[in-house]
Amino acid sequence: MLDIKNLHVSLEEEDKAILKGVDLSVEAGKVHAIMGPNGSGKSTLSYVLSGRDGYEVTKGSATLEGEDILEMEPEERAAAGLFLAFQYPVEIPGVGNMTFLRTALNAQRKARDEEEVSAADFLKLIREKAKALNIDAEMLKRPVNVGFSGGEKKRNEILQMAVLEPKMCILDETDSGLDVDAMKLVSHGVNALRDAGRGFLVITHYQRLLDHIKPDVVHIMADGRIVKSGGPDLALEVETNGYADILAEVA
Amino acid sequence: MALPQTKIDATEARLSALEVPQGAGWAQSARSGALARVRAMGLPARRDEYWKFTNPADLIAPEAIPAALFEDRAESIVFGEIDRLRLVFVDGVFDPDQSDDPAMAGVEIDRLAEAQAVDIHWARDVYGVLETRGQDPVERPLAALNTATATDGVLIRVTGKAEKPVNLTYLHRDTGSDATLHHVIKVEPGAEITVLENGPAAARFNKCMEIDIADGGTFHHIRAQGRDHERRAMTHMFTRLGRESTYKSFTLTANGVMTRNEQVVEITGDDAVAHVAGAALGDGDFHHDDTVFVTHDAVNCESRQVFKKVLRNGATGVFQGKILVKPDAQKTDGYQISQSLLLDDDSTFLAKPELEIYADDVACSHGSTSGAIDETALFYLRSRGVPTGEAQDLLVLAFLAEAIEEIEDEAIADDIRSRLEGWLARRRG
Repeated sequence: MLDIKNLHVSLEEEDKAILKGVDLSVEAGKVHAIMGPNGSGKSTLSYVLSGRDGYEVTKGSATLEGEDILEMEPEERAAAGLFLAFQYPVEIPGVGNMTFLRTALNAQRKARDEEEVSAADFLKLIREKAKALNIDAEMLKRPVNVGFSGGEKKRNEILQMAVLEPKMCILDETDSGLDVDAMKLVSHGVNALRDAGRGFLVITHYQRLLDHIKPDVVHIMADGRIVKSGGPDLALEVETNGYADILAEVA
Repeated sequence: MALPQTKIDATEARLSALEVPQGAGWAQSARSGALARVRAMGLPARRDEYWKFTNPADLIAPEAIPAALFEDRAESIVFGEIDRLRLVFVDGVFDPDQSDDPAMAGVEIDRLAEAQAVDIHWARDVYGVLETRGQDPVERPLAALNTATATDGVLIRVTGKAEKPVNLTYLHRDTGSDATLHHVIKVEPGAEITVLENGPAAARFNKCMEIDIADGGTFHHIRAQGRDHERRAMTHMFTRLGRESTYKSFTLTANGVMTRNEQVVEITGDDAVAHVAGAALGDGDFHHDDTVFVTHDAVNCESRQVFKKVLRNGATGVFQGKILVKPDAQKTDGYQISQSLLLDDDSTFLAKPELEIYADDVACSHGSTSGAIDETALFYLRSRGVPTGEAQDLLVLAFLAEAIEEIEDEAIADDIRSRLEGWLARRRG
C-alpha cells in the first residue's frame, strides 16, 4: 500500500536534515505504529507524506499503490486515497463543517471520475457516520473545528476519515489532548474502518492508544530513522523501559 | 473661507456641462438651494481630507469617460428569482416599457420627472432635505450636485407593508452615458418595504437616495452594483431613522474601475436599529470606496457597519467609517468592522475607522484588519482533496460571510451568495 524507501527530508528554510533514510512499508489491511521520542521526525514524516510546504525531499521515494505521491499536490494525494488525521486540526471560521465535508468528498470523487454525491445522499451518509462517533447535528452545522474541544476536534478528524474512506490513513498523535473516554470513542471509530483493503500508520508517543488500536507492527523512530521494528510487544517494552534502553541497544 | 480658484473653475466647468433644470415648484426651489450649496462648497478635489484615498477627478470632470458595455456571462440576472416590482432605467432614464406597472398595495410610486411639475408633493419634505442635513459636519458636494441637476428617479411613499420588493434596475446601453438619478423614499409609521437595486446604470453614474423612516418603519435595501468593468459610480444614501425604526442596507460590488458609496445615517428616534454592510470583490483596475457616517442622536439605538473587501491584481479598497455619538445618545450600541483580504502583494486597502463619542453610557467597538489567505486553513482543505482554487474560494466566501449575514431575507442572501460564487468560479477559469 504505502512504500517509503530511503526517504531523506530537510527543512527548506534552514537546510536542516530531519529524516535521514526512512524505510517503511505498510501493507493493505495492516496497522503499523510509529513511536519515538520528541524530535525523532515522526510528525515530519506525516507532513511530508501529506504534502505540506516547507520540506524538501533530498533523497528517496514514497509511493501509494505504486504511484509516486511526492510529486503530487496535496489534493491529488487525497484523491489517490491518502488521509492524514492532523495532530492539531485547523479551525476554519465561516466554513460550515457539512459544506467542508461535502466539498471535499465531491472534489475527490470528481478527481477520480466518479459521480458526485447528491445533497440528500450526503446528508444520509453523514448522519450515519456522525452518530457512530457521537457527533451531533449542532457540531456538523458549526464552522470547521471552531469552538470545538480537543476531543471534538479529533472526533471530527475521524468523521472526515469515515466519510472520505481513504485507502491509507495516517494518524498523527491522534491521542494527544484526549481523555480516556474520548480516546475510546476515537479508537472505536478507527477500528470500525479497519478493513482488508486499507492501511493505517499510527504515530504516537504513548503505548496507551495502542491498547485500543491494536497494531500489527510497531516501529521505533529516532533521529530521522526507523531504528527498530517488531510486534505489539515492542510498544509494551517502550511503555515499561522508555526509549533510552532501545536507543542504547541499537546505537 | 473663500474657495481656491482651481476649485471654483472645476465646479463651474462641471456645471456648464450639465443642464441645470429651470422652472418653478417644490422641486425647483430644492434645486436652486442645492445649486447654491454646490457653489459654496465647490466640487471635491484630491486635496480634500475626505477624498484623501479616492481621487474624485473622474467623478467631477465635465465629461464622463466612456465605458465599454460588459457582456454579462452569468446565466441569470440577480434578483431574477425574487417576486418583485421592477422599475427599469436605461442610462439614467426611466423606461416604462421595460418596467412593471407601479401600482402595488402599501406603496405609492411617482416618477420624479412627473412629480416635479405639480405644485405640492409629499417628497418636498425629503427631497434635498436629508441631503442638506448630511452636509454637516462633512461636506458632500456631489450629493448637492445630484439634488440640483437630477430630473429622473422615483418617489416612493410606503404607507403599509409593501406587497413585494421594489427592484430598481439600471441598464447601461450607451458607452458614453453620464447619468444622474435621485430617489426619495418615505416610510410612514409602521410601514415596511424592501428596495433592491442592480445594474451598472451608465458609464458614469451619480445616484442619490434619501430615505426617511418614520417611527416603527422598516426599510431593507440590497444592492448589486453592475459588473461593467469600466463604469464609474458615485452614490449617496441619506437615511433618517425615527423611533423603533429599522434600516438595513447591504451592497455587493464586483468590478467597476471606480465606485464610491457614501452612507449617511442619522438616528433621531429612540430604540432604532441601523445596519450598513458591504462586500466588494476587486480584480485588477478596481477602486472601491465605502464612506459611512452614522450619527446617534437618540437613546438605546444600535448601529452596525460591516464591510469586507477581497482584492487582487492591484485592486484598491477604501473604508472611511465613523460613528458619532451625541451627548444625549445614551445606551448606544455601536459596532464597526472593516476588513480586507488581500490575495496578492499588489493590492491595497486603506482604512480610516473613527469613533467620536460624547455620551458616557455607551458600548462602541470598532476594528479594521487586512490580511492574506490563511495558508494553514488552505492546506487543511487541500489535504482533504479540495483543489487549491476551490479551497481559496471557500475561504473567500467564509471571509465575506459576516457581511452577507446582514441580509435578512434568506432567498436574497442565497442569490447574493450565488453571485459571489459565480464571480469567483469565473476567475478560477
